[in-house]
Amino acid sequence: MDLFRAHVLVCGGTGCTSSGSAELIKRFEEQLAANGLDKEVKVVRTGCFGLCEAGPVVIVYPEGTFYSRIKVEDVDEIVTEHLLKGRIVSHLVYKEKADEEEEHTTLEDIDFYRPQMRLALRNCGRIDPENIDEYIAFDGYKALGKVLTEMSPEDVIQEMIKSGLRGRGGGGFPTGKKWQFAAASKADQKYIICNADEGDPGAFMDRSILEGDPHSVIEAMAIGGYAIGATEGYVYVRAEYPIAVKRLQLAIDQAREYGLLGKDIFGSGFDFDMYIRLGAGAFVCGEETALMHSIEGGRGEPTPKPPFPAVRGLFDKPSNINNVETYANIPQIILNGADWFTSIGTPGNSGTKVFALGGKINNTGLVEVPMGTPLRDVIYKIGGGIPNGKKFKAVQTGGPSGGCIPAENLDIAIDYDSLTAIGSMMGSGGMIVMDEDNCMVDIARFFLDFTVDESCGKCTPCRIGTKRMLEILERIVEGKGEPGDIEKLETLGENIKKTALCGLGQTAPNPVLSTLKYFRHEYEAHIYEKRCPAHHCQKLLNYVITDKCRGCTLCSKVCPAGAITGTVKEQHVIDTAKCLKCGACMEKCRFGAIEKH
Amino acid sequence: MEQMITVTIDGVQVEVPAGSTVLEAARKANVKIPTLCFLKDINETGNCRLCVVDCGGRALQAACVLPCTPGMVVKTNTPAVREARKMNLELILSNHDKKCLSCVRSQNCELQALCRELGVEDGDRFAGAMNTYEEDATMSIVRDNNKCVLCRRCVGACANVQKIGVIGPVMRGFKTAIESPFGMKLGQMACINCGQCITACPVGALKEKDNTKEVWDAINDTTKHVVVQPAPAVRAALGEEFGMPIGTGVTGKMAAALRRLGFDKVFDTDFAADLTIMEEANELIDRVTNGGVLPMITSCSPGWIKFCEHYYPEFIPNLSSCKSPHEMAGAMIKTYYAQKAGIDPKDIVVVSVMPCTAKKFEAKRPELSNNGLFDVDHVITTRELANMIKEAGIDFNALPDEDFDSLMGASTGAAVIFGTTGGVMEAALRTAYEVITGETLENVNFTAVRGMEGIKEATVKVGDLDVSVAVASSTGKAAELLDMVKSGEKNYTFIEVMGCPGGCVNGGGQPIVSAQIRNWEDIRTKRAQALYTEDEAKTLRKSHENPEIKQIYDEFLGKPNSHKAHELLHTSYEKRDLYL
Repeated sequence: MDLFRAHVLVCGGTGCTSSGSAELIKRFEEQLAANGLDKEVKVVRTGCFGLCEAGPVVIVYPEGTFYSRIKVEDVDEIVTEHLLKGRIVSHLVYKEKADEEEEHTTLEDIDFYRPQMRLALRNCGRIDPENIDEYIAFDGYKALGKVLTEMSPEDVIQEMIKSGLRGRGGGGFPTGKKWQFAAASKADQKYIICNADEGDPGAFMDRSILEGDPHSVIEAMAIGGYAIGATEGYVYVRAEYPIAVKRLQLAIDQAREYGLLGKDIFGSGFDFDMYIRLGAGAFVCGEETALMHSIEGGRGEPTPKPPFPAVRGLFDKPSNINNVETYANIPQIILNGADWFTSIGTPGNSGTKVFALGGKINNTGLVEVPMGTPLRDVIYKIGGGIPNGKKFKAVQTGGPSGGCIPAENLDIAIDYDSLTAIGSMMGSGGMIVMDEDNCMVDIARFFLDFTVDESCGKCTPCRIGTKRMLEILERIVEGKGEPGDIEKLETLGENIKKTALCGLGQTAPNPVLSTLKYFRHEYEAHIYEKRCPAHHCQKLLNYVITDKCRGCTLCSKVCPAGAITGTVKEQHVIDTAKCLKCGACMEKCRFGAIEKH
Repeated sequence: MEQMITVTIDGVQVEVPAGSTVLEAARKANVKIPTLCFLKDINETGNCRLCVVDCGGRALQAACVLPCTPGMVVKTNTPAVREARKMNLELILSNHDKKCLSCVRSQNCELQALCRELGVEDGDRFAGAMNTYEEDATMSIVRDNNKCVLCRRCVGACANVQKIGVIGPVMRGFKTAIESPFGMKLGQMACINCGQCITACPVGALKEKDNTKEVWDAINDTTKHVVVQPAPAVRAALGEEFGMPIGTGVTGKMAAALRRLGFDKVFDTDFAADLTIMEEANELIDRVTNGGVLPMITSCSPGWIKFCEHYYPEFIPNLSSCKSPHEMAGAMIKTYYAQKAGIDPKDIVVVSVMPCTAKKFEAKRPELSNNGLFDVDHVITTRELANMIKEAGIDFNALPDEDFDSLMGASTGAAVIFGTTGGVMEAALRTAYEVITGETLENVNFTAVRGMEGIKEATVKVGDLDVSVAVASSTGKAAELLDMVKSGEKNYTFIEVMGCPGGCVNGGGQPIVSAQIRNWEDIRTKRAQALYTEDEAKTLRKSHENPEIKQIYDEFLGKPNSHKAHELLHTSYEKRDLYL
């Protein structure tokens, strides 16, 4: 193996790839060659670093210098200054705030990373996911070796139970227990499945793991296969994740080549191989029974449980299904022991959780924190708070199945049970922050619109009930809400929660019910006062010209409805009956004289 | 011994076999849980959510698919459960056209019944946007998705029972609809027109193509001589339309009703069934003795025939060349009867009353005609006949028993049992035995081929010969059987296939029985029993003993499988594609 004196790690995650990291890599390679450094410095395309907000991100080791928002034209300077002369390029180094003097040259210096603990993401941004040797260099496949040579399947299951690892896909079911059930089923063939059908809007935890560290999933599935007695595995991943699919396939091929998949792994007599199945992107295919029907070639629709997959799953055989992030934790649990894992997090909620932080937050990106971390720390310390000095209003966890958490609950510790207790859920890890400009009725409408669209249409409450709820919400945000609507939403919501066939339907009303619980006054304002307190709902806005108006007439010229009248140099007036509420006047006004009420 | 477990339903402890569902246990506790999507053995998907019960968990559970566990405590009658059921029903109503007054299923509609039972007061409680659809009609089946409640019972019948699957859910969420794939119409699919989807439908979203207007027009046309013939299975079920218990045979009343409707001649397809046996038994003997293609497979069921043409064309040479009985009757009416009665065949209109929707398509096959005239002009189902009787104001229950008209009205017990699975086989064996051995068959009951199992096998001693036979009913079971024949796993001389499960008694044109009954009793067995009872009561129970059959061969056809018989009573088949 060649030795290099320096490594340039360029983020090859989805976000940074979209903002041009592939060109950066090309440029680095060209420039290193031009400067005769290509034998001394290695460029590595890694998985996601997490701080997507600051992408494309480049880290130069051994110093660990964290460069952010790098453009192709910056590459030459990094090569000639940093890599050739050893001088850090200060003006390209990441700064916590735009106007900040202080430089945070390494990851450890940065507030975004300091409270984090990267277990599932440990290799993301550290290794080249397309090179199995790099994974192996960081203890990769050591856990599989340990399991196959030193542990019985029962030992593995007991270790998993002891670790307290719970399903990271959102349900939070103890993984070891799940394995125990599947192991107890007798059959000629069993399957182990990885649920990589991440579908929450804005969530990309699983995607980043598959893109940044695919071998950790492969290794864990082989371990799981050994534990439950399965010799075949399937990864169900959405076709919209082409980079993840490509790297995972590459990783499977490499693992096969190394004999880490296939017959008689490590001479143990254990056979295991795995395959990728592409999903077409239906949200419901993240539901385990629907996912399995999709793999079988059928319509992606859930079937009632029982029978549970552990008894009758894929192709009617006992199957175990876990989420990507769950798997990513497993090799380390095996290597470091269950006690190590339970020392992280809180009792009953051991380990960490990855979140995709988005919305009205300064540091959007991927974060991983120990269970029990206060929500406030994630939003303010890691997330850097709300941009533009706006006020925090709520955070939505668990995506379309979760709920909105208001400011008064900011100090709760993040774990499965406390989130469920306040009407939200852990979910797979979407975390969308909302500020004072977000209308909570409209947020509920947005999420419900998503589930209505993604409902498979099989059971009555989800197929028709969610649609009726959406119709009511649409009316409310359009100012056509009626007395009784809130009660109807609650009745329908509770009914769907109680009677829908699968998890998708049962959780679909959560965004509505939780906003009704914490932001009922916003609903009431919409319905009874025909007013949107966040000044967000177009149909409920009134544009008013204040006395700041100088009578420049510009607004009356841009108004497409001719709703603005007034004489030159005098205060103009908007005829609300004619006003289309398009906001064009407000945008054009140079004196800040137009306000939304 | 079956393992029994104890569960508590609404405070009542009941013992049920392990593996029972909560729905079954509740019934044992005299608790009736409402269901809509559940159709036993056909659609067990738990999707309508009307049967939800409280088992103590976070969510309510669908009783129809929930297995009992020992010690389970179930509440089926709490305010929350009742409200949940009602609300789900009201949600279904909010996307249903509710045009009950003109619906064919009015008063025999499971949705209507549930509304009453669950106490729906306002059908528009959750009114909102509705999906609208155009009607999709074939020669046999009409689909109206505006009435569809997405229970998927039709899908279960088509895909699970018949193993065809030409309809299924398309789109998602609120836009979900039961349709043929890729935006194609049912008529473009390899649908076999069996109509099992219709009898599975709880509402009026599926019905037969109504041909009663054509029949009324013919009756009203004084220039036309209208001859009617009802199939064997019709008499076993028609009474249900008039409130009689399932399994009541109404042969005499049916003949009387047909006459009162104004048909000029009331013949019986049973006569033609005897004729079919004459031809088919002799065809079998010919194939066996002269090295013809075996196993020979029956050809009475047009659903099965179309299935074979689409899905198993390699078995076309195995199909008996015999036309189906009502087609034979049609051919004889327009030749033999026309000649004897001195009527121009062009002025004769043959109407078949069938338990079957596939017969509507069959009647329009160009090969089933003679001299440019279709053998059969119109086919109506048992249900359509009932509608005509009602429309005509005939008090069916008060009618006297009457006989069919002679010449083509006499039949034997062998013909009667054509209406149930195994019947054609049994009838053929009765005749074949005597023809081959020249001896009298003392015990005519071949019980091995009776009953409702999907596939039945028997080895029958005919003289020195061991004849190995099989009977399959439903195309799903037929496929299973043919696969075994194809692989060489099984070897038979003669196979009977009926397209519908249980045979014609359970045909797609038969009276529709609510799932509330079908889930708990086998209506097929009861209807079949009506036929076996009629068979038992007949003095003549072998087709070749039918005096009118003897007469028709003497006067017109010559011998079975004669040149004339071949010309008029036999047909051919063609391979059909999977998409049209």
